[in-house]
Amino acid sequence: MEDTGTVVAFWTLAIMTIGSALMVAIVRNLIHAVVFLVLSFMGVAGLYITLSADFVGVAQILIYSGAISILVIFAIVLTPQAGRDNAETSMRLPAAILAVLVATMLGYAAVETAWIKCGETARLPCFPDAEGFDGTAQAIGNALLDKYILPFEIAAALMLVAMLGAIIIVRAEGTEGTAEE
Amino acid sequence: MPILAEWYDFRDLGNAMGALQDQILDWGAPDWVPYVVSGIIAVVGILLWLLVSQIIFIWIERRVIGLMHNRIGPNRVGPMGLLQGVADAIKLLLKEAVTARATDKILFWAAPIAIFIPAMVVFAVIPFGEGMVLSDLNVGVLFFVAIGSINTIAVFAAGWSSNNKFALIGAMRQIAMLISYELVQVFAILGVVIMVGSMRMQDLVGWQADNDVWMFAIQPLALVAFIIAGLVEVNRSPADTSEAESELIAGFHTEYSGIKFGFFYAAEYFATFALCGVIVTLFLGGWTLWGVEEWVPGFLIFLTKLYAVFFIFIWARGTLPRLRIDQLMTFSWKFLLELMFVNILVVGLETLIWREQGYDAATVLPIFGVINWVLAIGLVFLWARMLGHGTPRTAGKRATLTQELGAIYYEGAGSPGA
Repeated sequence: MEDTGTVVAFWTLAIMTIGSALMVAIVRNLIHAVVFLVLSFMGVAGLYITLSADFVGVAQILIYSGAISILVIFAIVLTPQAGRDNAETSMRLPAAILAVLVATMLGYAAVETAWIKCGETARLPCFPDAEGFDGTAQAIGNALLDKYILPFEIAAALMLVAMLGAIIIVRAEGTEGTAEE
Repeated sequence: MPILAEWYDFRDLGNAMGALQDQILDWGAPDWVPYVVSGIIAVVGILLWLLVSQIIFIWIERRVIGLMHNRIGPNRVGPMGLLQGVADAIKLLLKEAVTARATDKILFWAAPIAIFIPAMVVFAVIPFGEGMVLSDLNVGVLFFVAIGSINTIAVFAAGWSSNNKFALIGAMRQIAMLISYELVQVFAILGVVIMVGSMRMQDLVGWQADNDVWMFAIQPLALVAFIIAGLVEVNRSPADTSEAESELIAGFHTEYSGIKFGFFYAAEYFATFALCGVIVTLFLGGWTLWGVEEWVPGFLIFLTKLYAVFFIFIWARGTLPRLRIDQLMTFSWKFLLELMFVNILVVGLETLIWREQGYDAATVLPIFGVINWVLAIGLVFLWARMLGHGTPRTAGKRATLTQELGAIYYEGAGSPGA
């Protein structure tokens, strides 16, 4: 948050992220809501990039804007009541309570955390030189395959199981014979 | 060749840009002004180059395909039909952009823009020359894939907002194709990234220049898979199943006309140019040519290679019949993806041996190249035989997974055993 460019980028992206997130809740048309959700994801990716986490930012675009949004769209298109509005729901009160609780928790965490400004410690220089900036993807890769190998492998196994389950659910009954020929 | 030579050293247009930036700073402007100015100049330059290339290549493509089809092609507008691209552009600009009454107006209007922006943004990371890359991200290759994946949402918006069943089916097919072949593309890139050890575009070019070898000589399988996956991603024939004229009118842009259709058309061309640029950078040495780049401007070498790769796409379009959607899906999931897994395994093993043992690159790379070529050819034939494609088959097979997406399937009709 030192130079003008970062400040402008931060506020633009913050307004874009929160504004689109608000529109997801407000807008009546479900497909429009998904499009706003994608905009919100892009804003978050931009925020990651202003924080010098370029790999996370690009991965956010690849996974959330590209893949998760399509998943949401498929879910909407395949839902029998896809034509109905965004607003009809009997869960308003629980949703409001949950939203207030989450907002309180995040706000509390934001206020109570002892934020370190860049430059105060050696671990967080204000302008990382080009060399220090290079390693985000490598550092994440090393951490995933070294320190966090077990969660990584468990996640991989979980996804394989999910994929097999999806294939079994999708496969129509009685097509095995013709499929083999 | 140092990055900041004299400004009139036009072997690299980055020199002139750097001199301009220094000049602006000398005038006492704030830090951000040179970045903004050079960014705008570069974007306008790239856009102009793209438009000119597109207009020229519309003519070249149609004439070349005409030659391949043993017919004449456009030859009425200007000498030898040279102005055909200009005429097409003027026609698209002047035609009425019809918006049907039942469309979702906002999305219908936004979709052409949403598909055009990613096609332009990709050029930010493509290195045209040593100093001629708008933003040399250290995740440049991943950026290309990520920006390409945004297309899915734009395509869906176009197909859904049209409120037309052909458009929706086309959009769904396109999404299925994009998702399937994105995996192949990522895995093909991964093999290159493993060997080079960097995702920065200039590092990929530098690695190939340092080792005096183009990546396709070491990883032919990855190149072939990347070209095929790219063909599907940019939705060009023979993989333009999502806009198959004989089945779907024009796929997800059925309802678009005038300049809105022009946006789709231009975005397809731009995406193809971007794809050719990435192929050249990853597999064909980028802007280097064994020292010739000292004398000839690097960007001219790059553009020559890019146009040569584009010719392959024209060639494929002119000679190959369009694939059915279930054939495309099967080819991705059952054929290319597995080959890419094997490719990553082999390349990873080779790189591991290379790094651990510290062999000399000049001795070890030719061996890797020979191994990979033999493996590539052998694997393609073996895998095809295993899937039963060793002998050509005429009868269609029922597609189970893709029938929801609008595939024509043949329920037991004349299948060999039935």
